[in-house]
Amino acid sequence: MTMEAVPPAGANRPVLALHVPEPRFRPGDPVDFGFLTIPPAGAQPRPDETCAPAETFPLCTDLVRVLGDDDQAHGPWDPRLSADGMRTMLRLMAMVRVFDGRMYRLQRQGKTSFYLKCTGEEATSVAATMALDAGDMIFPSYRQQGCLIARDYPLLEMVNQIFSNRADKLKGRQLPILYSAREVNFFTISGNLATQLPQATGFAMASAIKGDSRIASAWVGEGSTAEGDFHNALTFAAVYNAPVVFAVVNNQWAISSFSGFAGAERTSFAARAIGYGIAGLKVDGNDALAVYAAHAWAADRARLNHGPTLIEYFTYRVEGHSTSDDPSVYRAADEGTGWPLGDPIARLSAHLIAIGEWSAEAHAAMLTELDGEVRTAIRAAEANGILGHGLHQPDTTMFEDVYETMPWHLREQMAQALHERAVKYPPEVQP
Amino acid sequence: MSTDEGAGRPMTMIEAINDALDIMLARDPDVVVLGEDIGFFGGVFRATAGLQAKHGKTRVFDTPISECGIIGVAVGMGAYGLRPVPEIQFADYIYPGLDQLISEAARLRYRSAAEFIAPMTVRTPFGGGIFGGQTHSQSPEALFTHVAGLKTVVPSTPHDAKGLLIAAIEDNDPVLFFEPKRLYNGPFDGYYDRPAKVWKGHADAVVPDGHYTIPLGKARTVREGEALTILAYGTMVHVASGVVESLGVDAEIIDLRTLVPLDIEAIEQSVRKTGRCLIVHEATRTSGFGAELSALVTERCFYHLEAPVERVTGFDTPYPHSLEWAYFPGPVRVGEAIERLLAAD
Repeated sequence: MTMEAVPPAGANRPVLALHVPEPRFRPGDPVDFGFLTIPPAGAQPRPDETCAPAETFPLCTDLVRVLGDDDQAHGPWDPRLSADGMRTMLRLMAMVRVFDGRMYRLQRQGKTSFYLKCTGEEATSVAATMALDAGDMIFPSYRQQGCLIARDYPLLEMVNQIFSNRADKLKGRQLPILYSAREVNFFTISGNLATQLPQATGFAMASAIKGDSRIASAWVGEGSTAEGDFHNALTFAAVYNAPVVFAVVNNQWAISSFSGFAGAERTSFAARAIGYGIAGLKVDGNDALAVYAAHAWAADRARLNHGPTLIEYFTYRVEGHSTSDDPSVYRAADEGTGWPLGDPIARLSAHLIAIGEWSAEAHAAMLTELDGEVRTAIRAAEANGILGHGLHQPDTTMFEDVYETMPWHLREQMAQALHERAVKYPPEVQP
Repeated sequence: MSTDEGAGRPMTMIEAINDALDIMLARDPDVVVLGEDIGFFGGVFRATAGLQAKHGKTRVFDTPISECGIIGVAVGMGAYGLRPVPEIQFADYIYPGLDQLISEAARLRYRSAAEFIAPMTVRTPFGGGIFGGQTHSQSPEALFTHVAGLKTVVPSTPHDAKGLLIAAIEDNDPVLFFEPKRLYNGPFDGYYDRPAKVWKGHADAVVPDGHYTIPLGKARTVREGEALTILAYGTMVHVASGVVESLGVDAEIIDLRTLVPLDIEAIEQSVRKTGRCLIVHEATRTSGFGAELSALVTERCFYHLEAPVERVTGFDTPYPHSLEWAYFPGPVRVGEAIERLLAAD
């Protein structure tokens, strides 16, 4: 039984009521993002990288933008990249999208178990990674395939991993897209949420302990900022002034839970920085130039021993959470197309066209070329096997890497596994 | 066992769980259901579909993505007098909540001399067989059976899922309710390369209408036999049954249903009759619940045993993605263990 409730009648107290957040739009609702305040591009001040954290606090609830509705770059955050640099950025983002499209179809064809796209969020990983040095360590969540592509990680390795095939260097152990790529300084993806954040802080602390110049950069979704590890990471980063950049990719949805279930009804995610006394920036995540500028600012700040920065990339998850999700059940269909900050690839392409450095024809030709590269990688990967069709790693690999050296009980179990394979697939029935 | 058990209808395990929650939300105004994606959406496995619309947003609601927070607020709600039913989306994600479960929920009654209790039921899908890789496949039940103060329940059929879940919710102690996700939509005998089965037509898929309970701590004899005893729970009940049928062995299969408290009488009675005991679970072997069962059987039935107790389990590795079926304790592993036990003199 509940404790004796205080009767509201006659008592000089209001009746308490539980607030449960509710998104503005559900399936069937007309979508109008007019409630969002979108400041003009170029209007936000850019403090020096070595400023006191408090100088950034107004930017935690503003929105750093560079690319305006006129397709031109504006204001002090314009990174003034060369046309070649911007074309590279555009190409990498487009590659991510083409790759996502192909992989999604492969999952639907039954060639693998799972896939997860980042449509609309390409800038938050690609442009941010371009702003880092190649030696800086990336601690990704599972939607940062753009970081790998921006570091020229071979597509073939990615597809092999997605197929869990005999050439997968992770030996078929991990769910598709949970990559690991030490050779490009990309930390192994967990699948559990926000665990990478304190790890990034620790990596950055280690770099500082050793007098190195490398920094760490970690990504997390806005929904996962509710996890304790987000707060652990920020506390340690603030205490030790760790050279780390935290990127909260606020794509508005965590599976079916809108950002209000992570606290977005009260303040921005960038504003979490204020409570920890570290620098914070809220940035238009669909503006690749703004993303680049913000991440470069934070990386420089960290490298100059001015400590951590928390960046919120304000964006929108255009697709479902994953191939296991159906967003039409819980959100309005038109949210993606109605998103007032547009599409990062279309915006950068339009900018390059506006300054005379690109064309619709060049863009179309680029997409065809990228699709060809992806299809070549898929064909090569298929030769190494697709999930569930026999061309996997040897069964013995299941027992490797549990420990550095295999203890007796795993040796016994490995013998059992080999015996079971021989029973299930006797030599006379093997192809 | 039943209170007002009515005529039944076939359900999947998901539907049976949904029905149990629906009934308890309607019967007891102190029951609240909370978890990630469980409100408007109805859960990633649809276990809570329709419940928010029916019972309201302050009875069935989404939470922030914080397993520690979910369990922690459930402890506080229990302190007030509510009967929370938190869902952890996958058992693989329960670990951030361990401090609140182990140090708090499990010990509240003890440390306050029963001034405060934690009458929560933590529902969580567990087990593999869906190509979920290491983060959507684990069977961590032994971590919880090791903790004094927690109860641990694992249903294997829609009928049991409903009755056990209602009993768990009505129980005044914290209960871990592990739902074998491979059984949500159909029984699974371990033959992954055959067409998937559905619950429809299965005898244990007929779920009585209305409120009924299956007491915690009471095992179910799936099939009587004389040749050996098989102790299993969750998915492995079906795998063991399939092997026993195909080998034509006169085995007695006991579905434990509740790991803590354990139905030791049912186990002793069966093993004393058959003299041979096989323990089957999907979880890793070392310090798994099978070790506890093996110790109990050896301690209590030693002079009745005609062969060493055997365990068939998952291997002591993280759950692999592509080698899922080499990992899974399937019909070959179970069948050979049965033959070894029967051959032993």
